[in-house]
Amino acid sequence: MGELKLMKGNEALAEAIIRAGTDGYFGYPITPQSEVLEYLMASKPWETTGMVVLQAESEVASINMLYGGGGTGKKVVTSSSSPGISLMQEGLSYIAGAEIPILIVNVVRGGPGLGDIQPAQSDYFQSTKGGGHGDYRLIVLAPSSVQEMADFVPVAYDLAFKYRNPAMILSDGAIGQMMEKVEFFEPVPRLKDEEVKARYPWATNGKPVNGERRILTSLDLDPQKLEDHNHHIQEKYRKIEENEVRYEALQCDDADYILVAYGTSARVSLKSVKLLREKGIKVGLLRPITLWPFCTKKIRELVGQGVKGFLSVEMSAGQMVEDVRLAVNGKVKVEHFGRLGGMIHSPEEVVEALEQKIIGG
Amino acid sequence: MSNIAIKDIIKPENLVYQKTKLMTDKPLSYCPGCGHGTTHRLIMEVIEELGKEHESIGVAPVGCSVLAYEFMNVDMQEAAHGRAPALATAIKRLWPDHLVFTYQGDGDLAAIGTAETIHACNRGEKIVIIFINNGIYGMTGGQMAPTTLPGMKTSTSPYGRDVELMGHPLKITELVAQLPGTYYVTRQAVHTPSAVRKAKRAIKKAFQNQLDNAPGLSFVEVVSNCNSGWKMNPVDSNIWMEENMFPFYPLGDIKLEGRLVK
Repeated sequence: MGELKLMKGNEALAEAIIRAGTDGYFGYPITPQSEVLEYLMASKPWETTGMVVLQAESEVASINMLYGGGGTGKKVVTSSSSPGISLMQEGLSYIAGAEIPILIVNVVRGGPGLGDIQPAQSDYFQSTKGGGHGDYRLIVLAPSSVQEMADFVPVAYDLAFKYRNPAMILSDGAIGQMMEKVEFFEPVPRLKDEEVKARYPWATNGKPVNGERRILTSLDLDPQKLEDHNHHIQEKYRKIEENEVRYEALQCDDADYILVAYGTSARVSLKSVKLLREKGIKVGLLRPITLWPFCTKKIRELVGQGVKGFLSVEMSAGQMVEDVRLAVNGKVKVEHFGRLGGMIHSPEEVVEALEQKIIGG
Repeated sequence: MSNIAIKDIIKPENLVYQKTKLMTDKPLSYCPGCGHGTTHRLIMEVIEELGKEHESIGVAPVGCSVLAYEFMNVDMQEAAHGRAPALATAIKRLWPDHLVFTYQGDGDLAAIGTAETIHACNRGEKIVIIFINNGIYGMTGGQMAPTTLPGMKTSTSPYGRDVELMGHPLKITELVAQLPGTYYVTRQAVHTPSAVRKAKRAIKKAFQNQLDNAPGLSFVEVVSNCNSGWKMNPVDSNIWMEENMFPFYPLGDIKLEGRLVK
């Protein structure tokens, strides 16, 4: 077992970014995730691994730096919080269209607008349904602990490069700010330039001596070619939906009711499951880890297994509940419970919501 | 003399000029008479002459030259409107031994991408920016640009640019020359053989600075005609450019080796 450290989620993320063999971090300060850039600047990884760290002039610049750097086959990442992620939507759309693997981290805060700096989960739609213009998806991983803030970095990179698609770690202000113990994976060395060239022949890092030059673009003025390209991207998404769904099902085997929750909401809901079980109500927790692709099949299995109702617990006005409803498809009751604007529900509030909206409703 | 066939004339030893192999054979999408094609060729000739065909990465903009990557036969990325300097920043920092350049028009570089331009210049990114200034949005059909001259008619300033109403043209090249991060800033044109030769020397100097790891960014503005957007024939547009654009955007070096000229 490796050394255990006590760290903030944002710091664990930053340390994991260095250890995952990242070539470049480009970011702009915003609460509640500024510790990421601060930790990286204080660590000076350019002196150890050779990783580039740059504070950009805006989130617009950060995401476009990821387009440029990721487009050369290098491992690049940015992090921000909700308003900054909104600014990145243009770049994400271009990155998805040009099929560039990059990693983006959203430590979500309350919205809309400037909102506040407290934890929220109200960016679910933006993260899982595209966010910018055009038909595209991000691969979205939702950590629910400081440990997962670290562990999901290499997982997200692997998925991004496997599918040539942007990947997102969707966290929240609570997980970013809270301190927990974390055990780090062994550092992965950065790829050498020659390894990058050999591994990613699509990357634009200098025309091969015995080959054609490469172009990365999301533009195709011929609508038939653009339709073909969009079909190609959609086929890729179907493969991701088939192969990359991740979730955690706790006490679901004998459950009559299921709480569906991710991130901070899942931590709270776990306590609610305990309280409900103590009252003799058979409740399980389904924690989606990939928010896209979503655990639709697992939910259908649970319906088939005899689950009588689902409560989607979210720090939002009800966003993931729509995906739960699509999966359940009207067969049993699905309701939403959540606090808004940076407020976090208590385990007791969740218990009450299940009793009133699902069991008694 | 009349017995000499074309094949007797076209021989390697008689060759005085040929298209660089770093321009593709694809027909240019630019209007006949416009300066884009010539500027493309100069950049590609410079990269070929420097022997950096395999170590060059270019970034194309949004605007008339949105398809620059179709014509420039090196590795290329297509940026969102105005964002090319951000892409180039990361490319250069991750591949410091490569030649990295952006190719941008006035709307791209001096309006929507002003922040990216100024901050890349101010950070002293060791890249080359080639800036085509024709004072108009050509691709979208001739709207007012940040560099449209006072009084100049465009489709969104149909009675002429009224600076009281629409603001002033932006001399962004003079502006970036003030920043400590720029190393070489120059303004050129490509409308006469002499101007083309000078512009090529300037572009070569800019790329040579990058090869020499000079401390800062090299910025080459090329003032160009836009005969279609200006609604003139190519000859008249070049005369109009000399009489109207050059007094406002004077040609010549503005900053050399990190120092302002004059």
